[in-house]
Amino acid sequence: MSPLASDSGVALIFDEGQEGRANRYVDAGASLDAFLPKALLRDDLPLPDNSELDVVRHFTRLSQRTFGIDLGFYPLGSCTMKYNPRINDAMANLPGFRDLHPYAPDELSQGALQVMYELERSLASLFGMAAFSLNPSAGAHAELAALLIAKKYFKDRGETHRDKVIVPDTAHGTNPASAAMCGFKVISIPSDARGRVSVDEIKKVLGPDTAVCMMTNPNTLGLFEDHVHEITAAVHAAGGLMYYDGANANALMGNARPGDMGFDLMHLNTHKTFTIPHGGGGAGHGPVGVAAHLIDYLPTPVVVAKQRSNGDASTAPSDRLTFTLDFDRPKSIGPMRSFWSNFAHAVRALAYIYANGAEGLKKVSALAVLNANYIRVNVRDVLTTPYDEICRHEFVASAQELKKETGVRALDIAKALLDRGFMAPTMYFPLIVPECLMIEPTETESKETLDVFIAALREIVATAKTDPQSILDAPKNTVVGRVDETRAARHPDLRWHPGKP
Amino acid sequence: MYTPHTERDIAEMLAAVGVSSLDELLKVPDAVALKAQLDIVPALAESDIARRFTHMAQKNTAVSMPSFLGAGAYRHYAPPAIASLVMRGEFLTAYTPYQAEVSQGYLQAIYEWQTYICLLTGMEIANASVYDGATALAEGVIMALNANGRKRVLVSRAIHPNYRAVLKTYCDGLDVEIDELALRADGTTDFATLREALASKAYAAVAVQSPNVFGCVDVLPADALATIRESETVPIAVVAEAMSLGALATPASWGAQIVVGEAQSFGNPLAYGGPYVGFIAATPEHMRRIPGRLAGKTVDTHGKTAYVLTLQAREQHIRRERATSNICTNQAHCALVATVYLALLGKTGLRDVAAHNLARSRELATAVSSAGCKLQFDAPFFNEIVLNVGRPANDVLAALQARGILGGVDLGRWYPEFAHCILMCATELTTTSEINALASALKEVAHVPAGV
Repeated sequence: MSPLASDSGVALIFDEGQEGRANRYVDAGASLDAFLPKALLRDDLPLPDNSELDVVRHFTRLSQRTFGIDLGFYPLGSCTMKYNPRINDAMANLPGFRDLHPYAPDELSQGALQVMYELERSLASLFGMAAFSLNPSAGAHAELAALLIAKKYFKDRGETHRDKVIVPDTAHGTNPASAAMCGFKVISIPSDARGRVSVDEIKKVLGPDTAVCMMTNPNTLGLFEDHVHEITAAVHAAGGLMYYDGANANALMGNARPGDMGFDLMHLNTHKTFTIPHGGGGAGHGPVGVAAHLIDYLPTPVVVAKQRSNGDASTAPSDRLTFTLDFDRPKSIGPMRSFWSNFAHAVRALAYIYANGAEGLKKVSALAVLNANYIRVNVRDVLTTPYDEICRHEFVASAQELKKETGVRALDIAKALLDRGFMAPTMYFPLIVPECLMIEPTETESKETLDVFIAALREIVATAKTDPQSILDAPKNTVVGRVDETRAARHPDLRWHPGKP
Repeated sequence: MYTPHTERDIAEMLAAVGVSSLDELLKVPDAVALKAQLDIVPALAESDIARRFTHMAQKNTAVSMPSFLGAGAYRHYAPPAIASLVMRGEFLTAYTPYQAEVSQGYLQAIYEWQTYICLLTGMEIANASVYDGATALAEGVIMALNANGRKRVLVSRAIHPNYRAVLKTYCDGLDVEIDELALRADGTTDFATLREALASKAYAAVAVQSPNVFGCVDVLPADALATIRESETVPIAVVAEAMSLGALATPASWGAQIVVGEAQSFGNPLAYGGPYVGFIAATPEHMRRIPGRLAGKTVDTHGKTAYVLTLQAREQHIRRERATSNICTNQAHCALVATVYLALLGKTGLRDVAAHNLARSRELATAVSSAGCKLQFDAPFFNEIVLNVGRPANDVLAALQARGILGGVDLGRWYPEFAHCILMCATELTTTSEINALASALKEVAHVPAGV
């Protein structure tokens, strides 16, 4: 980001407008009381009227005060901030997809259903699951769907006493939060000295009350859970289900599959692995996958395909199918959202799969792992890497030693990286690593970019040792300095008020 | 694809890492290594992808037909300025603004979104968005459950059936019971049983939707609100067609404490159902129970105005199983679309669009009535009507479809008693010639219901 020391901020859109400065997107309308009694109408509509130019300038300026992948390296661990190919957006915006109403009849929506079908089949094959539902809106939403499936499954089997969900201490916060939303009690399991879930620790807590064990593999330390098949076997022997958190699926494609590891349930964050733009924190897309014995429980609707007797001449096998949305699934947990899927994102994800094919996706994961390891071996002499072995798509480093020596914390390193034109890594997560920096470069970054980042990180650590204050004062090149979060929380100001400056 | 590595890069990097090959780097235990052949489409060049997807998109022939479909997803005019702004890479490729110093623009946009939702609903606080209208209802109900610790909710049967179905999915997880308020003959909620129902103080919340799924204005009458307040129950308003907020009295003005809804109408395309954008607004006492992200205004170390994600102690990444919700992702980009839409339209534009929706739907009601069909309900409506076509709605819709018209939604899919009824929507984009074509087609395919 360019230094903007003289930047005086952007006025709120509410401070800029003048009533009557309207754009003519539709003709002037009749007076509202021509249609409805006054008692049903609002008294006032206190929105500003702005010229289109003022609006364009306002949001262009806001965009210039926002850092995205398009501006620079974004090594935010666990978030898989890879390049978002523009063809994906172009395909999602084809009028046949963009303007299609969710209640359009199935026979007039065959192309949309085909996209959903092809994506669902591709994900099932790639991750070794019997079926996916594209219904959930994001990863946490799909976790919730999966745990609701587990709850219903046990209820149908008369095993409502299964009320415990086992979660490793390295798990994403959404895991325990989703479990709580299904009324499950959460048991946290400590990781072992190698940063793995220990089979022995799992066995200690397994019992007739075990419902689900949730795992991320590779885990949030970036390490492959090499005893995963023993864990899934032990949980199955106790009558529980295994859940795979797919946040880190970018490390696995074409190399190993959750289904083969013994997982019964899983989710994907297609907005991570399959290059859907994160858009400032959503919309996401979170397919939920199941093994064969849980298919009936998937959220509704699901896309069903039937062979057509006289398909067209096209070579793609799915062109010879007819698709319908199936809502009539008595064992289903029900729908998770208003409509069928974040469909535009299904288009993007499928376009990305088309761009890669099986071999391409395997290469994606391989190079994501290579990039992470390349950074790891080039910073481990200046920062502590508590689990110093071959990592997968991400790794964790600790600033604990540096903090003791200089007072410079992970947070300060993060802010110094912002000054140098990089997004900061994920900080202070997973919780078991003190002063943690979690770095995920993704496969779309070149060696040159990684080298510049490595040099910056090394320079920051070196500066911390000679001039720690300059790191503690970072960032200086951003449009604002460090923000007062305490004040924000103690005196919440969450909106503008009419008539207030 | 989209990987920049040359063979030489790979070799150098492997050497730096100290392994001999990518396969060595990726080694996993034999027991879990991939053995199956993946059934994935073969890789295509970008130009072939474009051809393939264009082919599939063209199969969605519904998009080129006159359409009276609504029911929670609405066709409105979106000025092109929206796309040119929101597709800027800075917005498109940012993530959740955890690092405030390099995310001031997006944080300010979220703060502006929160303000717009407050101004439109009349509420004091709003969050940074949730997945969609149905999940907003579920999350709003959870806020009420957490507010008073009760385990039942009472919802109007005139709330969109999909929203109620999603609420049920969530409530099954929470072991919460849902009861329903019946319908009146005019298409609004029947509150006659409310006093008795609330007497035991068992309900956490009472939820109504306005305009409701039939398009009818359906607010809490004053006596119902008084009963709700007496029993310390939380009144929740659902707004599935946000465009109505440009005309109708605010949910705050008729007593809602929590307002949940769907803002797809503000510039977001239909996109076969998503992504859309849910909102949650509330009175101040619910501030620390609201789920999801909140952007707040504060200052930086130099005293300059700055924005930041705040009150994060409510959230899953801090509080884990004790969080107010598991939600992590919001719908930031869809909320940005809505914010730009509202900024462009402004007070004058939004009011004009609302007026056109009112006008077009009345034109529709008149035209289809003169075609020999009867409006099922007579409560005041915003932009949707329910038409009784005197025979199974499904058959009539199929006949209209054969004439190239998407006539609306068959209400029989949710309400067996309305199997002869079609829910029809008209917006500012509906033309007189489309309405006339529908009316003349209906003359051919609908029957006047017996007894009217």
